[in-house]
Amino acid sequence: MHPLLTQACTDTLKMVGWSTAVTVAAGLPLGVLLVLTDRGGLLRNLAVNRALGFVVNLGRSLPFVILMIALLSFTRAVVGTTIGWQAAVVPLSVGAIPFFARLVETSLREVDGGLVEAVQSMGGSTWTVVRKVLLPESLPSLIAGATTTVVALIGYSAMAGVVGGGGLGDLALRYGYQRFETGFMWVIVAVLAVLVTLVQLAGDLAARTAARRGGRGPLPRLRLLRPAPPAAPTSP
Amino acid sequence: MDTPVITTTDLRKVYRSRDREVTALDGVDLTVREGEVYGVVGRSGAGKSTLIRCVNLLERPTSGTVEVDGRDLTALAGRSDRAPAALRAARAGIGMVFQHFNLLSSRTVQDNVELPLEILGVPRRERARKAAELLDLVGLSDKARTYPAQLSGGQKQRVGIARALAGEPKVLLSDEATSALDPETTRSVLQLLRDLNRQLGLTVLLITHEMDVVKAVCDSAALMKGGRVVESGTVAELLATPGSELADELFPVGGQASGPDRTVVDLTFHGESATRPVISQLARTYNVDVSILGAAMETYDGRQIGRMRIELPGRFEDNVVPIGFLREQGLQVDVAEAGIADVGIAAPEPARTRAVAK
Repeated sequence: MHPLLTQACTDTLKMVGWSTAVTVAAGLPLGVLLVLTDRGGLLRNLAVNRALGFVVNLGRSLPFVILMIALLSFTRAVVGTTIGWQAAVVPLSVGAIPFFARLVETSLREVDGGLVEAVQSMGGSTWTVVRKVLLPESLPSLIAGATTTVVALIGYSAMAGVVGGGGLGDLALRYGYQRFETGFMWVIVAVLAVLVTLVQLAGDLAARTAARRGGRGPLPRLRLLRPAPPAAPTSP
Repeated sequence: MDTPVITTTDLRKVYRSRDREVTALDGVDLTVREGEVYGVVGRSGAGKSTLIRCVNLLERPTSGTVEVDGRDLTALAGRSDRAPAALRAARAGIGMVFQHFNLLSSRTVQDNVELPLEILGVPRRERARKAAELLDLVGLSDKARTYPAQLSGGQKQRVGIARALAGEPKVLLSDEATSALDPETTRSVLQLLRDLNRQLGLTVLLITHEMDVVKAVCDSAALMKGGRVVESGTVAELLATPGSELADELFPVGGQASGPDRTVVDLTFHGESATRPVISQLARTYNVDVSILGAAMETYDGRQIGRMRIELPGRFEDNVVPIGFLREQGLQVDVAEAGIADVGIAAPEPARTRAVAK
């Protein structure tokens, strides 16, 4: 394989791998908090919920290129440099955390509120509910969300060239597009397509395995919110 | 049998939404004694679901107190929205089964039963032993390794019951546990609850909209309407209460007088009298032809309990003596209003007046 291509592949994998790890580590708790603090959640706290929601929306609305430049000084503070794949991991993670947090939130909301109640009736704490109900029950959906996030990260990583992060996208842009080496560009695009396909296949397989373990279909269940009391109509 | 295990005092629950208030519980006083199966019936919206959820504080009552096994749970709950450790510990001693089973689909049957034990911090080996024992008790030992999705509704509810019993609770709450099951399965699940009640001395509070459930397993029952308990008592007490709606629902007697000059009498059997062949004694002693218009009898603990509507030839005045005999036998006797058949209208259920005869 072309040495440039090998290098770019390694860079992409490193960037995407590290930023996925950081995104999951931060996005998962953030998503859980978004659900727990919401109306009807176990840690109901609308002020915190609104604040988190605002930060998440802000993060999701900034174009990635702008985010990358805006975060330069933050990046330097975190990884000690503003160039190279390490520098790209910071904005990639910051960009993907809100995205993944929303996906986590959606997944957790699909867990049946009755299960939460069952664990509460056994004397389970909020932490028990999260650990024994919310996360395991939504695992297939969480895996699917993580897969979507990884694919999005591969896309974002193309812009890492702005901070000298390298990677496949950057290579396609500079060598293929800007130097009119169309053939080379298409090769890189093909490699990217294979990479994305592999990630998607692996993710689907993992999600399906997790779902099959419980003998259930991939279809989500209902509400995390406490079921509305039968006598009381919910707000109009 | 007489110590109260669950006591609610003036329990109120008001749901507030933006522009209106809905009172789900309007001052409910309920006493469930140790070792009994207590059924709360009512239509949907009567507040029974809210009531049972208030018993373990899944729903926080607006005012009033809930005591379970001598502990005031409402005091343990405090003011905060969240459940403090003391309340959680108390909940662990109250089992609960649900209409939709609420089993974790990501866990095997055995792991579902072990869940309450995990929460209690029981070591792994001990958990497995206990789960095996419970699954044996509910007749599902062979399903330990399967997932809930592979079970039938009745099996799922049995797992739910095994899980509810894992923490060795004194009290079991059943929230419409059989409402999602077919009649056959309902019967077997109710039988299981009855057996557990007998074998383990488990106190059961169940809510249901099916009168048959009360008939099948309950020692006592309460009827809820509009957030209030309008009738309550043991089945025998309810039967002995004239005009009791619950007794009417539990033991409906139909049948119209077959013609004029007939006396229609409703007999209520409970207690000692139910073991004697009263009707045939009546026929022999007074040489009257008794026709049975309708009857609803159940056997509780080898004793018959229920009601029967019989018809005696002649007007009420002619039957004073036989009716007196029936009363002497310890039966409760209500005489349906005489002369309805004369009027010629197809009268519905005749209004009953209690016999003053002696």
